Amino acid sequence: MTTATAHEAHDDHGPARGLSRWLFTTNHKDIGTLYLLFALLMFFVGGSMAMAIRAELFEPGLQFVNPMFFNSLTTMHALVMIFGAVMPAFVGLANWLIPMMIGAPDMALPRMNNWSFWILPFAFTLLLSTFFMEGGAPAGGWTIYPPLVLQTGDAFPFLIFAIHLMGISSIMGAINVVVTILNMRAPGMTMMKMPLFVWTWLITAYLLIAVMPVLAGAVTMLLTDKFFGTSFFTAAGGGDPVMFQHIFWFFGHPEVYIMILPAFGIVSQIIPTFARKPLFGYSSMVYATASIAFLSFIVWAHHMFTVGMPLAGELFFMYATMLIAVPTGVKVFNWVSTMWRGSMTFETPMLFALGFVVMFTIGGFSGLMLAIAPVDFQYHDTYFVVAHFHYVLVTGAVFAIMAGAYYWLPKWTGNMYNETLGKWHFWLSTISVNVLFFPQHFLGLAGMPRRIPDYSIQFAEFNMISSLGGFAFGLSQLLFVYIVFSTIRGGARATDEVWDNPEGLEWTLSSPPPYHSFTTAPEVK
Amino acid sequence: MSASMKPRGCQALAGAGLMTVAGSATAEWGLNLPVGVSPIANEAYSLHMLILWICVAIGVVVFGAMFYSIIKHRKSKGAVAAQFHESTTIEILWTIIPFLILVGMAFPATKALIAMEDTSNSDVSIKVTGYQWKWQYEYLDEEIGFFSTLSTPKDEIFNKVAKNEDYLLQVDNPVVVPVGKKVRLLITANDVIHAWWVPELGMKKDAIPGFVNEMWFRIDEPGTYRGQCAELCGKDHGFMPIVVVAKEQAEYDQWVAEQKQGQATAAAESEREWTRDELVARGEEVYKSNCVACHMAGGEGVPGAFPALKGGAITTGPVEGHIDIVLNGSAGTAMAAFGAQLNDADLAAVITYERNAWGNDTGDVVQPADIKAAR
Repeated sequence: MTTATAHEAHDDHGPARGLSRWLFTTNHKDIGTLYLLFALLMFFVGGSMAMAIRAELFEPGLQFVNPMFFNSLTTMHALVMIFGAVMPAFVGLANWLIPMMIGAPDMALPRMNNWSFWILPFAFTLLLSTFFMEGGAPAGGWTIYPPLVLQTGDAFPFLIFAIHLMGISSIMGAINVVVTILNMRAPGMTMMKMPLFVWTWLITAYLLIAVMPVLAGAVTMLLTDKFFGTSFFTAAGGGDPVMFQHIFWFFGHPEVYIMILPAFGIVSQIIPTFARKPLFGYSSMVYATASIAFLSFIVWAHHMFTVGMPLAGELFFMYATMLIAVPTGVKVFNWVSTMWRGSMTFETPMLFALGFVVMFTIGGFSGLMLAIAPVDFQYHDTYFVVAHFHYVLVTGAVFAIMAGAYYWLPKWTGNMYNETLGKWHFWLSTISVNVLFFPQHFLGLAGMPRRIPDYSIQFAEFNMISSLGGFAFGLSQLLFVYIVFSTIRGGARATDEVWDNPEGLEWTLSSPPPYHSFTTAPEVK
Repeated sequence: MSASMKPRGCQALAGAGLMTVAGSATAEWGLNLPVGVSPIANEAYSLHMLILWICVAIGVVVFGAMFYSIIKHRKSKGAVAAQFHESTTIEILWTIIPFLILVGMAFPATKALIAMEDTSNSDVSIKVTGYQWKWQYEYLDEEIGFFSTLSTPKDEIFNKVAKNEDYLLQVDNPVVVPVGKKVRLLITANDVIHAWWVPELGMKKDAIPGFVNEMWFRIDEPGTYRGQCAELCGKDHGFMPIVVVAKEQAEYDQWVAEQKQGQATAAAESEREWTRDELVARGEEVYKSNCVACHMAGGEGVPGAFPALKGGAITTGPVEGHIDIVLNGSAGTAMAAFGAQLNDADLAAVITYERNAWGNDTGDVVQPADIKAAR
């Protein structure tokens, strides 16, 4: 009895005041908030680089930036968006939601949680500081292929060290997710009762633990090639530049799924709520996620069909890649069947989720086309690829993150966001993002290579349209910032359930939820 | 420009709406893959269209069901949610059917891939070497070879004059091939990775230092076909185009003879003594096509990336050191070994130029014979 009282007293202390609350916090919600705000900041840092890229590409000729700086922009845009915006946003959502979804008071390893976040600002300070160094920021592409990347100036060791830090942060975040999910589920919540967001994150976390060390190894080999006289990737010294690509994409392809599996989870939470109908096939969704994760380890060389692999290798990677369409199709069919004969309403989270389903599927189609090696020889390294991965990453991952933000923001803050503005944000984003990326399919097919600062005049019109879409998309995101911050500051009170009878333990907590989510484990039937 | 933009803009939107059916409107706007002029390009094109139409068909079914549901099954229309879920039969069906469709795609794809990778029985072999930022072509059977660099004037790039219709897709020395012959390319690179790509020839291949990749094409119609480097290779990645000119056999033979004649003349040039003025004049030309991309027109370089030659330690230091770095390059940097790229006369000229331009005024004169001795 006394322990129970002591425990309650412990609960009452709440967060520390001022800056120390954020610096020293071990609370999953505070850390989740930090991750999400950091991701939002990086979304704008990376986004402003994209705006500069689209400004330069608005017309043929060299206007605003020199070619070297242009290459730095494309390189840093990708690194910042992948490691600074999309991944931290998903970790932020995981931090906020996993304990609330599985009936736990907090993450399993709270101090490590604090550390894994606070590494990131340092990592990105290092990375972004390279813009001010002799030789400029890294300009060899985010794929950092040698020998080109070895020509980087003073920025090189900073790039490598920043990637190491991001990797350490990701691995620690992933370990925390795995330990929390495996050990802290409420009584009665078996694995096959976990919400799909938790499932997709569990699988994502294993992917992270499997591949981030591979990336660390690859960049360390680059470092020793540059400074310590090794020749891992230098042909003149007996090394093999293609080996780097194999190692990089052995990380890189699972990395792609690291950025999309949690999105699948979010959308699988949202669609049933607004269709007022249970997810059509829960277990097949879990198995499909696991299949995608498995396949992600045996398809990496489809990123390098043009390096001159043996025919047998090309055939294997083509077939394996095509197979991914099967579990991905299962997911899309499940979402559509969930909507079928539902009773749908279209609040902002649902709009973003539906946008996700349509536009991610378009990205999936172009992905299937890219899998066909004999035609990939044409598509490879063109704007067709740029269009493809922006459809899966922007209208896929980013739209899912925004869907999730609108869906859970009332729960997190206790306030409803402004629905009218939310819908405006959705429609502006959806229209502009398609004006931005859809014409890039045509550019790629017509022969425009990616990563070029200037292009022949046959590409002028679609580039101009694409740039206009880009500026509109960039501006539309300011609306998102306004909506989020005005919801944090006030707004109509949200009920505990927020939505019409949503499924999940997080909706049984108050809005906003108590500082330590579930102090007594709920019973799951 | 803007006056002519408007009607074309409407055409583009209509074309974008019809994305796949706009085959005939593609010429100007470039909506689709080119049909191509080589057998493998045709194969890639038809495979591309097949997969595209399959995707469109699947898209119509999936999005059709989704939008039907969005329109009909909405709460505002009084729809009451059914509560059905889980059906093993349906799950198996929508796993098996896509799988069968994929198998259907895999057959033509495999056939095409095998044909593309078959470089045997070729008639002409050309070795292609990627450099930062130009291409070298060596005809293995004819013992001729040359470099091919961008010939678009800088003024067009910097918007000082109007751009010509082949802007950024024009070179000084195009690669010439005979029509109707199977041409095999042996592709490699000297510094970083590049990729050789002409869309109408149907495929691209990476040019990788230390590796020799192969690809082939056979052009049946005489004509000029343009492409670009497709793998990020540094600063001027966007400025190393590829131009292939296909000629009738007789014209091709004549071109080969001219090339051989030109090479013989150039070799003789390397044997004689040059005057200082001749060297400086020739050196300026060589500098413009080989060095200016990094070391810049005024020899100022790019701080932190490419060293300045104006008042530089090497260009004003001992002549031997200067010849050595130009001949052999500098390991671990972008400085290439130009000994393999330029003849003795050009090397002597450019070194003489660098030692006397931009106020370097060393007064040194380097003769082709000095280069020959240093090799």
